[in-house]
Amino acid sequence: MGEKILMKGNEAIGEAAIRAGCRHFFGYPITPQNELPEYMARRLPEVGGVMVQAESEIAAINMVYGAAGAGARVMTSSSSPGISLKQEGLSYIAAAELPCVIVNMVRGGPGLGGIQPAQSDYWQATKGGGHGDYRMLVLAPASLQEMVDLVRDAFALADKYRNPVMILGDGMLGQMMEPVMFKDEEVRELPAKEWATTGTRNHPGRNVINSLYLQPDRLEAHNEHLQRKYAQMAANEVRYESVNVEDADLVVAAFGSTARIVRSAMEAARQEGLRVGLIRPITLWPFPEEAFQQAAKTAKAFLSVEMSAGQMVEDVRLAVNGQKPVYFYGRTGGMIPTPEAVLEKFKKILGGEA
Amino acid sequence: MTHEMIFAGFGGQGVMLMGQILAYAGMLEDKHVSWLPSYGPEMRGGTANCTVVVAEQHVGSPVVTRPNLVVAMNLPSLDKFEVSIKPGGLLIYNSSLISRQPGRNDIEVLAVPANEIANELGNDRVSNMVVLGALLGKRPMVKMESIHAALRHILPPHRHHLLSLNERALASGQALGNSN
Repeated sequence: MGEKILMKGNEAIGEAAIRAGCRHFFGYPITPQNELPEYMARRLPEVGGVMVQAESEIAAINMVYGAAGAGARVMTSSSSPGISLKQEGLSYIAAAELPCVIVNMVRGGPGLGGIQPAQSDYWQATKGGGHGDYRMLVLAPASLQEMVDLVRDAFALADKYRNPVMILGDGMLGQMMEPVMFKDEEVRELPAKEWATTGTRNHPGRNVINSLYLQPDRLEAHNEHLQRKYAQMAANEVRYESVNVEDADLVVAAFGSTARIVRSAMEAARQEGLRVGLIRPITLWPFPEEAFQQAAKTAKAFLSVEMSAGQMVEDVRLAVNGQKPVYFYGRTGGMIPTPEAVLEKFKKILGGEA
Repeated sequence: MTHEMIFAGFGGQGVMLMGQILAYAGMLEDKHVSWLPSYGPEMRGGTANCTVVVAEQHVGSPVVTRPNLVVAMNLPSLDKFEVSIKPGGLLIYNSSLISRQPGRNDIEVLAVPANEIANELGNDRVSNMVVLGALLGKRPMVKMESIHAALRHILPPHRHHLLSLNERALASGQALGNSN
């Protein structure tokens, strides 16, 4: 599989999911991610899979719950308002420990908002958008190739931890085209899931998929089990990219498509002799705290650049823990930061005017 | 050299396809490319546009606010994007449909009577390929063979009888771009 293909982000996710063995997809239309369910509707029947356009997002996420409980490799996708509707289901899925992959191609909010790119669902994705103490792994690709690679990883991680995994993109990543390569062998055999409800002929005794624990002590024990699992995820699954951080006076945090804009601004800054570096979280949860703690020893200041009014900046502040100033620059509503404006912000901070 | 380009026109003029073919050809030559369509409210009446980056190095921002090349297929596109071109950049406009002269004197300007040339070739709908040819005449960032190969990939097989017409349109445009 060495051939490069020019694909739209949404379609590339679909193809990557199918190659990762996903055979079940449940969704409901919303811009800017419609090409993904459309792709699945066309392709899944060709490989013996099922795509259902549900009557609502709520129905779709509960179909995911059912399919995941029966051991299927399953995906759903939506964009911000639709992902809000899925939150109850996500909490149930996390509680019942079911592996699945959820794609959010974030658009401007709050409310119905707009259809242009945004990153203002960071809190919802990383802090538990539904009720109760639960966590999802949240993966934030910055290019279509990385998105394709992360889709494959997302399914594996979901199975490994029996936990929902979210791919957090944005309208730009969904709509744009870039060359992608599907490097890995197609997944044909899924790992055995002894806990799945596949019928008592297939497993000894009853398998129960449930999130209801009416006895407080049993619910607390279940929660403690979940927290131990989340602690393992936090210890093992942190991913980030760091560029030019070693000698940087200013370390910038940015994820997803915004990180590319920051990278362009950083390269322009370097040409002018400004020492700017970038830490790009690839997992938004678990957040790469240590990378920021290390950088705080040498950098003079931090800046978080986001397509939001300032959400990830709080995690940067927690990691830097008051050792150095942490600034913020963001655009909202579907407006995209320009490399020129980001460079100006660098200059203000480094010139002591911020 | 990083080519940061915006292709704009009204729906049906083939601006999205023009950009996609150029990006595809760049990919075939192992260049780094990105293609980003407008999909927002500006598409509803007025200009559809796409941003294409063709680069030797990785593509940073796929969003370009100061392009070094703009293709304007209609007047609203010229009005919107002429001001954004970097000094020293190139503006290619469709003089068949745009009667006003561009006002900038710090950029290079190429007028292409795209619809007239396309009509002479027998089909108005290849005006986009005339302009893409002119672009390559001026800025040979990819080889014409790669554009031909990209066309074969992107056009569905039942449209392949139109390949030679498209190739002639590209050649006419390229000749114009070369000589101006």
